[in-house]
Amino acid sequence: MFKILHAEFLAPGIKRFVIEAPRIARKQKPGQFVIVRIYEEGERIPLTIENSDPQQGTISIVVQSIGKTTHLLNALGTGDHIMDVVGPLGKPSEIEKFGTVVVMGGGVGTAMAYPTAAALKQAGNRIISIVGARNQELVILEREMRAVSDVLMITTDDGSYADKGFVTDKLRQLIQNGVPIDLVLAIGPIPMMKAVADMTRGEHIRTLVSLNPIMIDGTGMCGGCRVLVDGKSQFACVDGPDFDAHQVDFAVLVQRNAMYREAEKRSMDEYRQGLEAKPLETREPEAAQASADAATRPCAQEAKL
Amino acid sequence: MTTEKTKSKNPVPNRERIKMPRQHMPEQPPLIRAQHFTEVNLGYSAELARQEAIRCLECAKPTCVTDCPVGVKVKDFVQLIVEGKYMEAAAKIREDNVLPAITGRVCPQEDHCEAGCLLKKKGESLGIGYLERFVADYEQQHFDVKSIVKAPPTGKKVAIVGSGPSGLTAAGDLVQKGHSVHVFEALHEVGGVLVYGIPEFRLPKKIIRQQVDYMRSMGVEFETDVVVGRTITIDELFEEEGYDAVFIGTGAGLPQFMGIPGEHLNGVYSANEFLTRINLMHAYEFPSYDEPMVDFRGKDVAVIGGGNTALDAIRSALRLGARKAYILYRRSEAEMPARIEEVKHAKEEGIEFQVLAAPIEFLSDGKGWLAGARCLKMQLGEPDASGRRRPVPIEGSEYDVPLSVAVMAIGTSANPIVQSTTPGLNTNKRGYIEADATTQKTSRKGVFAGGDIVTGAATVILAMGAGRRAAKAIDEYLTTGQW
Repeated sequence: MFKILHAEFLAPGIKRFVIEAPRIARKQKPGQFVIVRIYEEGERIPLTIENSDPQQGTISIVVQSIGKTTHLLNALGTGDHIMDVVGPLGKPSEIEKFGTVVVMGGGVGTAMAYPTAAALKQAGNRIISIVGARNQELVILEREMRAVSDVLMITTDDGSYADKGFVTDKLRQLIQNGVPIDLVLAIGPIPMMKAVADMTRGEHIRTLVSLNPIMIDGTGMCGGCRVLVDGKSQFACVDGPDFDAHQVDFAVLVQRNAMYREAEKRSMDEYRQGLEAKPLETREPEAAQASADAATRPCAQEAKL
Repeated sequence: MTTEKTKSKNPVPNRERIKMPRQHMPEQPPLIRAQHFTEVNLGYSAELARQEAIRCLECAKPTCVTDCPVGVKVKDFVQLIVEGKYMEAAAKIREDNVLPAITGRVCPQEDHCEAGCLLKKKGESLGIGYLERFVADYEQQHFDVKSIVKAPPTGKKVAIVGSGPSGLTAAGDLVQKGHSVHVFEALHEVGGVLVYGIPEFRLPKKIIRQQVDYMRSMGVEFETDVVVGRTITIDELFEEEGYDAVFIGTGAGLPQFMGIPGEHLNGVYSANEFLTRINLMHAYEFPSYDEPMVDFRGKDVAVIGGGNTALDAIRSALRLGARKAYILYRRSEAEMPARIEEVKHAKEEGIEFQVLAAPIEFLSDGKGWLAGARCLKMQLGEPDASGRRRPVPIEGSEYDVPLSVAVMAIGTSANPIVQSTTPGLNTNKRGYIEADATTQKTSRKGVFAGGDIVTGAATVILAMGAGRRAAKAIDEYLTTGQW
């Protein structure tokens, strides 16, 4: 059992957990993930480690409510326990001095991009970060990303905050303006990562993406997380999760991630019906509070200028 | 040989025993058991067990003992059954085998203890596996924790990496010697391949838990959710956690794929994933359990391969409602590595065996899902390195099998996590850990290894044999300090 020392919503449906896991905290490197199982009948899901504190023996993860497991996880709070947390898994991200690195985080992908951005900054790179979200409420880790970036750009799909548009619009501008880019790291929804890959391919800009396929054990044993990279099967859990974006077959990734869509929908529907029968009182007010916080964040004003 | 020369308590003369038929294992009827995951074999009653035990000819040189990878004193425990001393029989087995309820169910007895049985020459060998299972289950019902005897504490700490058959065996033997034993498991449940690989209908989870609980009561500590090599390294186990010796039993590892077109289609699985979803994650109990599985009802399923894993997978698919369930195997039935009993059970349940056939391509339905397999017919050629006749493709023999799900059970390769994070640990060219065949010592002082991570994919009992040899050598190393 792994104790949750602190839990807070960063945005509606996006929650950060600080978990007591001393062994993982000591070993974690940027880009690595944990596999989490919440309760006896639960599934195992991979979640990127956002940060770790070896002294305190803690790791933090950021979770977006999407299916049943993530909804259940986000219903947990400070003082609760998670049954299983195993890691750190996967190859750490490549950290060296590349020059200028564009770090792109789409939605909750920002939380996964953050530790790598911080390490790349530490390694002496110039960091241009582009953070995108659907709307103002869903912009997360702005302060943290600003602290590790030489330039931080923010986009929202609906223009409710910072610049209206997609992260790829900003990347296109950088390329068009002739900004020399040595590496692009893009983490977010698959369509976003694919769009970034398509944009940088012709420009011959090395681009890495962090893939999040369906996974079970996370140690290479099951092969369920295989992705098609350069025409060959690779296991995201041991060969990745970072891959050369120009070699990734995104269509296969989309297709394989949809494999259990019906079952996932059924789980979610049954979970919702259960909630209606017995509402979880703590969920809604906390989420509402998070959205209020997002609107009044100090950085919000500054970034609009 | 510890077999003592005592007067036989067997009431039946030898010449009569030869005429007695082997007692059949009671089992669920095929068409009923194919509908669910409860255990196929029901086990001997005490009466059946005694009837069977009486058949033993009490050979002066029992090959059943010498052919057993862990050296179970078969002749002795069988005689104790004849005398009705079932707890004593269990204790006799436990002198050499800490997992009798498991080996009694999954061990390929025909390759070991029953292979050289004198009765086999006259008809059918003694049902040693069935007798072992009976004794182990009887012990479970009558077990008293106070009966556990172990040596006084030595103050030495041993870390066991992996809780599969080799690790559990080493742990059981070492704790009896008075060492402090801590087992690390990467998954959330203890048992390794016994839990994620072998289905409920062949080895119920309850049995594994009972055996593990027995080891806990002996003093073995278990810690799940630790991936040694990632969460902690072998070096850190020595330097920071103060272990005096480490046994690596991390098992076979990465599933192999065939490298043919269409392997990424939805509906194509490795046997490891397929079985892990069902066994470890209980996907067959969806939605009571959250892990999903493709809906098999009314669909055609094939498993590629001819080993126990292949049979476990296809029989699971059948139980999940598959309409047609095939084994596609590139050699003939004679070369199949699976246990004879599993092949028999599978056929009774309606599994169709398409032998001398190998897929060359998986066909898509155009929407990303599997629609079928294109296969080639094979014929047997000259024997290959394994001593089995090599399958040779017959040109122009392509045919298509319509399928919704295909499972590849064609073997595994070494998982590199421990090796790549342990400096000085030698591996062979296939990536498996090099270990001495007698002591299981590796190239690193204090580090021993055994089971599939040394030999490549093999059987439960062979892994247990390695665990047993390692425990003996670890005990010697800890006692003498000599490497």
